[in-house]
Amino acid sequence: MSAASFTVHQGTAASRIAGIVALVGIAFLSTAPWWAESGWMREFNEMACYLIFAMMWNLLAGYGGMVSIGQQAYLGLGGYVLVALGNFAGLNPFVAVPIAAVAAMIAAFPISRIAFRLSGGHFAIGTWVIAEVLRLTIANISAIGGGSGTSLIALRGIDRATRESVTFWLCLVSVAASVGLVYWFLRSRQGLALLAIRDSEGASESQGVDVGRTKLWVYVVAAFGCGLAGALYFLGNLRISPDAAFSVNWTAFSIFIVMVGGIATIEGPIIGVIVFFLLNRLFSDYGTWYLVGLGLLAILATTRFPKGLWGYVSSRAGLHLFPVHRRLSIDEADGAEQGKPMKAAS
Amino acid sequence: MLLRLESVSKTYGALKVVDAISLAVTEGETLGVLGPNGAGKTTLFNLITGDTRVDSGSVLFAGEEVTHHAPHRRCRLGIGRSYQIPQPFGAMTVFENLLVAATFGGSLSERDAQPLCVEVLAQSGLLARANQLAGTLTLLDRKRLELARALATQPRLLLLDEIAGGLTEHEARELVEEIKAIRARGVTMIWIEHVVHALLAVADRLFVIHYGQAIAEGPPQEVVNDTMVKRVYLGIEA
Repeated sequence: MSAASFTVHQGTAASRIAGIVALVGIAFLSTAPWWAESGWMREFNEMACYLIFAMMWNLLAGYGGMVSIGQQAYLGLGGYVLVALGNFAGLNPFVAVPIAAVAAMIAAFPISRIAFRLSGGHFAIGTWVIAEVLRLTIANISAIGGGSGTSLIALRGIDRATRESVTFWLCLVSVAASVGLVYWFLRSRQGLALLAIRDSEGASESQGVDVGRTKLWVYVVAAFGCGLAGALYFLGNLRISPDAAFSVNWTAFSIFIVMVGGIATIEGPIIGVIVFFLLNRLFSDYGTWYLVGLGLLAILATTRFPKGLWGYVSSRAGLHLFPVHRRLSIDEADGAEQGKPMKAAS
Repeated sequence: MLLRLESVSKTYGALKVVDAISLAVTEGETLGVLGPNGAGKTTLFNLITGDTRVDSGSVLFAGEEVTHHAPHRRCRLGIGRSYQIPQPFGAMTVFENLLVAATFGGSLSERDAQPLCVEVLAQSGLLARANQLAGTLTLLDRKRLELARALATQPRLLLLDEIAGGLTEHEARELVEEIKAIRARGVTMIWIEHVVHALLAVADRLFVIHYGQAIAEGPPQEVVNDTMVKRVYLGIEA
């Protein structure tokens, strides 16, 4: 047949508006150190860390089908590498943040060799065990505080205002870059493969997709993100301990964030983290009952809204702020089977 | 010789699903595969594509030993397949389904893959469905997508697993016309089908399997008239 002239679109009007709003929002937020209270900025930093971490879990489980409950392994590694570089190597902790993330990423290569021998439920438990092994190992190294942990003393020389501002900016840049990176990844050629794997692993493989290698890349990228979240979190926290850094709660909360917000969407974790922090702000005084409530809410959300809050809104309103689908439009008007209105799917 | 199977076998527990089958397919040929349910036809395909690994024997494609190659490598070498039960990427659009096949299976950049996908969409009558999510397609369109996706990998050898199964007479006829057109473009095919007259319309040669063993092979009319084939497959007492 003659080559039909066609165009392929990936964006939507909503996505262009969302992009502009996001840029304006980031620009506005970047001025926060001049007008916001430090408590507010600390809260933002924490949210940023949870969001980065949850997005990585979403990438792994929601898109890659790898349900890990051991991503705290990389969060903890990121945090400890940051503290070690700051306290022992005398490196500026702000400079150490990206290095810590890269270190977590490098650790993911050998760890994946073990984790990838398992699949499904075994993979989930196996990753948790790996995180526990790391926690116990770190707890036995007395140079970095053993079981009771240590403080990030390298930041002592820097005055509080500078420290808070730079930490805030780092968190802002990191969270924006993480959203951007995940978005870019999903829209790329590799993202196409990942979406295909999510739908059918067997068919992907027989269409030429190297499933094993794609999954490895996703796992490694997720480790980088989790390491980044850990480094940022403990940069703001100034204190690290194995129990805090390798706590399974990190993954539990990120599952909550992703499931409530909407799994396998970029918007989902963003909504989820806002819900999570609102609930935390309002109800955390109730202690254990708060956690029971979170659990019940997660069950309710997953049974009533299996695609999460965002999935519900987006399917109702046909709204996509981060469209990854490619839509084909044929420019020719002469074809009999062309020119029909097409059901939008993006 | 494009494909050569040398005494391939696959056993599940005590069951020999594929029992020392040897087979050769020449470039440009269309081989029809017949056999009762459970005869091992799909398993034979899986051994060719690498979805299942052989217990013994070897698989040679275009002169290269591919016995231990992963399925994606065999696909990139030019072995395309359609599944008996369509396995579309349900949450992706029809166009994106083809893009996956053309970029990875066909080893193209996304930009180069796009015109190819549009062309395959048009050939398969799926152009109007390009932006529809594959999971929402009707059975006929799913079958068309299976075929289109396999074609988008630009295969030298196309394996069709009961592509006409479950379709109405009319739908099956349409599909047969499409397969004839693919054949005319020089693509080598192995086609498993229960709809015998569909096979007879296209195949150059038939290959009949029963209990994992080859029981007949040859020109279509000869094979269909074979006593053994009539008894085990067509259910005619002869």
